[in-house]
Amino acid sequence: MPAAWLTLACIIATMSEASSVGVVTPQTAHFSEPLALKSGAVLPAYDLVYETYGTLNAARSNAILVCHALSGTHHVAGKYSEDDKYPGWWDNIVGRGRPLDTDKFFIIGVNNLGGCHGSTGPASIDPATNQPWGSRFPVVTVEDWVAAQARLADKLGIQTFAAVMGGSLGGMQALQWTLSFPDRVRHALVIAAAPNLTAQNIAFNEVARQAIITDPEFHGGDFYAQNAIPRRGLRLARMLGHITYLSDDAMGEKFGRKLKHDTVKYSFDVEFEMESYLRYQGDKFAGEFDANTYLRMTRALDYYDPAAPYGGDLSAALKTAKAQFLVVSFTSDWRFSPARSREIVKALLENERTVSYAELTAAHGHDAFLMPDPQYHAIVNAYMQRVARETV
Amino acid sequence: MSQQFSQAVLERSDFAVIARWIKPKTKVLDLGCGDGALLGYLRDTLQVSGYGIENDDANVLACIKNGINVVQMNLEDGLSGFEAQSFDVVILSQTLQAVYQTERIVQEMLRVGKEVIVTFPNFAYWKHRLHILGGNMPVSDDLPHQWYNTPNVHMCTIHDFDEFCASHGIRISERLVMTNGNKISWLPNLLGSLAMYRFEPR
Repeated sequence: MPAAWLTLACIIATMSEASSVGVVTPQTAHFSEPLALKSGAVLPAYDLVYETYGTLNAARSNAILVCHALSGTHHVAGKYSEDDKYPGWWDNIVGRGRPLDTDKFFIIGVNNLGGCHGSTGPASIDPATNQPWGSRFPVVTVEDWVAAQARLADKLGIQTFAAVMGGSLGGMQALQWTLSFPDRVRHALVIAAAPNLTAQNIAFNEVARQAIITDPEFHGGDFYAQNAIPRRGLRLARMLGHITYLSDDAMGEKFGRKLKHDTVKYSFDVEFEMESYLRYQGDKFAGEFDANTYLRMTRALDYYDPAAPYGGDLSAALKTAKAQFLVVSFTSDWRFSPARSREIVKALLENERTVSYAELTAAHGHDAFLMPDPQYHAIVNAYMQRVARETV
Repeated sequence: MSQQFSQAVLERSDFAVIARWIKPKTKVLDLGCGDGALLGYLRDTLQVSGYGIENDDANVLACIKNGINVVQMNLEDGLSGFEAQSFDVVILSQTLQAVYQTERIVQEMLRVGKEVIVTFPNFAYWKHRLHILGGNMPVSDDLPHQWYNTPNVHMCTIHDFDEFCASHGIRISERLVMTNGNKISWLPNLLGSLAMYRFEPR
């Protein structure tokens, strides 16, 4: 390759690297004040692990909280080392010149309570017993997460977030922020979310939980002491989840009926590429995720229903919200369908809140919220520029 | 931003009239709001609480850039997401002719809005008639498209629309016909290029 081309390639590589946040390091905040949970249980003390990108301005007005979904973490963007194979789960949206521009915003990702990536969760040691919490770790809710996130904001000196955002279960947290702390969030970006789960969604979650709970290695949730991991259950739960996060079309396009080998073997080994993909995803997940966390994350989804105390009247429930909203859905998302996002929009309209709604044509199903679709990112980018203009 | 929307009102003569028909600080829904120019103008001049409905990706993006509340949906699906009488005014500005389910949309507007404003290009405007006499489909400032690429599917004349209102029990409270921003009182169906209607509340 001629030297000029090589130089050009290096420049391009550097430019694309410049828009990523680069190498990041997680931090841990300890909270010794007990947290009263929605269930009535009390968590005496806990840790939250988090990452930040960008710089908090002098007025402390440019902070954005990114809430994660079921299997997400605090590692939203960047890498842990230069040769880290995969960046954070929403890396494509965070960085210089990206929709969540680190030149303008101070972005926070936090692992939720009950998680398994550093924040206090079922695998953590309960100081009272010196044993892992296991089955005794309380059931946490979206409201509890928001309360814990608010304490982290207190600790970081952030009174009001410029925006709180998230997709799926993360979108539910963004919505809940506007209800739990209406004066502490100026904008909420609620993406691929719903005001509650449908019966079908609860059903999927229940199958996933049953896969875990009936795994002999689960030991009622206290598998840590047995040196066991309910891999089979976690694997099945993840495989099922994956099917529902993709659309039929996306699966058809990616895998179709493609065979793993040249000919079929008339066996129950992997015959189709689709099976191979699901098994790979299931195995990967079972090796890194905690079964008790999975149960609690799905339960938090099931329980979330801000309209319930208002007899199902979402409009009445959202009356307390003061934030401005961007609601986004994806046409092929059948797990959190556009119709569910429209319910949120309708309730906000009825309360005359500032709200915009984009219904994006996308093939990727529920997972579309993680994809760098040009129209999607243009919408979020335009909205965030508006947020930035108000922030200075 | 105000300047940007003032500019838009100069280019669209129906905007100024619509603004005269709307009371300050009311709740307005603009169906087929485009890039949000009308809503921006109404917000800046009348402090209305405005929402637009738009289906086109580029227009939705433009609205968000312009700080306009926009809801992306297809008008043809109706307004089932909106409660009866939940808006003070519902506007359909030069979009009627591009709608397939004309009757349904008009009925939906009357359901959702306490007041309804409809504007459309008059197909019977004399210049359009000349085009047809000459053997061609009309192409003008109001109807800039060729027959093969026009989004318009239900062109009508002022006479047609009057008859439509009569046959559908819609009472017109005010009708204004304009050409190049000037009011046309004499032979409006021949000399008017743009028709603007206000319906009485039900």
